[in-house]
Amino acid sequence: MTVLKPTLLIACGALAKEVVHLIDHNDWQAFVLECLPADLHNKPKLIPDLMRSKIRAAKKCQKYDHILALYGDCGTGGMLDAVLEEEQVERIPGAHCYEFFATPPQFNDLVEQEIGSFYLTDYLIRFFDRLIIKGLGIDRHPELKDMYFANYKRVVYLAQTDDPALQKKAKAAADQLGLEYVLHKTGYGGLERFMSAHAKAGDTWLN
Amino acid sequence: MAEDQEEEDIILAELPDNELVEQMHDDLYDGLADEISEGTQILLSRGWTPYEVLTKALVEGMRIVGVDFRDGILFVPEVLMSANSMKAGMTILRPLLAETGAPKMGKMVIGTVKGDIHDIGKNLVSMMMEGAGFEVIDIGINNSVEEYLVALEEHQPEILGMSALLTTTMPYMKVVIDTMKEKGIRNDYIVLVGGAPLNEAFAENVGADAYCRDAAVAVEAATEFMLHRQGMAAAQMVS
Repeated sequence: MTVLKPTLLIACGALAKEVVHLIDHNDWQAFVLECLPADLHNKPKLIPDLMRSKIRAAKKCQKYDHILALYGDCGTGGMLDAVLEEEQVERIPGAHCYEFFATPPQFNDLVEQEIGSFYLTDYLIRFFDRLIIKGLGIDRHPELKDMYFANYKRVVYLAQTDDPALQKKAKAAADQLGLEYVLHKTGYGGLERFMSAHAKAGDTWLN
Repeated sequence: MAEDQEEEDIILAELPDNELVEQMHDDLYDGLADEISEGTQILLSRGWTPYEVLTKALVEGMRIVGVDFRDGILFVPEVLMSANSMKAGMTILRPLLAETGAPKMGKMVIGTVKGDIHDIGKNLVSMMMEGAGFEVIDIGINNSVEEYLVALEEHQPEILGMSALLTTTMPYMKVVIDTMKEKGIRNDYIVLVGGAPLNEAFAENVGADAYCRDAAVAVEAATEFMLHRQGMAAAQMVS
C-alpha cells in the first residue's frame, strides 16, 4: 500500500486566511500550509533566503510529496524565482498577489486605466493601520503621506470577499490617503485556480 | 525628562561652529527641518561658504544617516524625514551655490521608467547627487524611451539615471539602453540604475554601467565614473 504524503504550500502570511478558507471550503485535505511573515511585504529582499530555508527544512523532514510556493515575485527582482528554480519548487504565476487575485487580463486593464493605483486586498484592509499607516511611519510623521502618495490617484480595493465592513474600511483608507476609491471584486481568482489544479492532480495521484 | 528639557534648551546660534555642525548632524538624523534651516542660515551668517555648509553639515549628516540605513538601524520613514530636512537646507543653499560657483562634478538626467510612478528613491538620489556637486535634471516619473532620449539630447549630461520599483516595470530599462545602442549613443553616457527589486545581475543583463543599491552608492559610483572619465580625457590630451 502506498503511503500518502501531503503537498506543502509555503505562502506569504498575507494569504494565510484566504488559503485556509479555500482548503476548508473545498475540503482539500492534501494540502498543508506554512507561512512566511506577512511583514516581509515591506522587506522583500529577505524573502528568497527565508523561502530557501523553509523548503530545505521541508525536504529534510520528508513529510511532503510536493512543495508549492504561494508568493508573487513580490519585489524580489527575480531572486525568489531563482531560489525556487534551484529547489525545483513551482510558484503560482504573477508578479504579486494583486495580479493573481485579479488575474492578468483584468489586472492589466486596471493598470492601463490608471497607473497611479494603490492596490489593497482583504488582508491589507484588515491591517491597513499597522502595515500602511504605522509601517510607513505616517502615524509618527503625517507629512510623509504626501511623499509616499503624491503620485497616486486612486485606491483600488481588490476584494476577495463581499464584506460590507471591509468595503467601508477600504473607503475610509482611500479617504485617509486623499485618493479616489474603486472597488473591484476579484474573489480568490488565480489563487483558487492554482490550488484547485494542484488539488485535482493530487486527487488523481491519490486514487 | 530633564534630558528632554536640556535638548529643548539648545540655542543653535550660541553654539560654536564645530558644535553647531555636530548638532546639525543630529538634527538631520532626527529629521528636524526647521532646525536645519536655522543652522544653515547661522553658518552662512558666520561667513561659511555655501559649499562648506553643504558638504560639512548637510552631506556629512546624510552620510551618517545612509550608513545607519544600510546597517538596519534606521528605516525608510526616518530616512525620508532626514531627506526632508536636508531639502530644507538645500532650498537655502541652492541659489547661493549657483552664485558662488561651487565645484561641479558633472551632470545627470534622472527619471523613473515608463509605467512606474514611484519616485522616493529617485528623489533621494537626486538630492544626494546634488549635494555631491552634480547638476541634476530630474525628468520625473513614467518616462518613455523617447522622453529619456529628448532629455539626453537637450541637457547633454554625462550620466543617465533610471529608477524602477516594480518587477513589472524594471525591464523597461533594457528598452531604453537597447534604443541608445541602436542609435549609437550608448557609450556617450554612464548609465546607472536603481530601485528596490533590482540587483547587480539585472544591471549587467540590461547593459547598465552600475547598479546603485542606495543613494550613497549612486554618488560613489557617479563620482568614480566621472573621475575615470576625466582621467581618460586628460590622458588623451597628453597623448
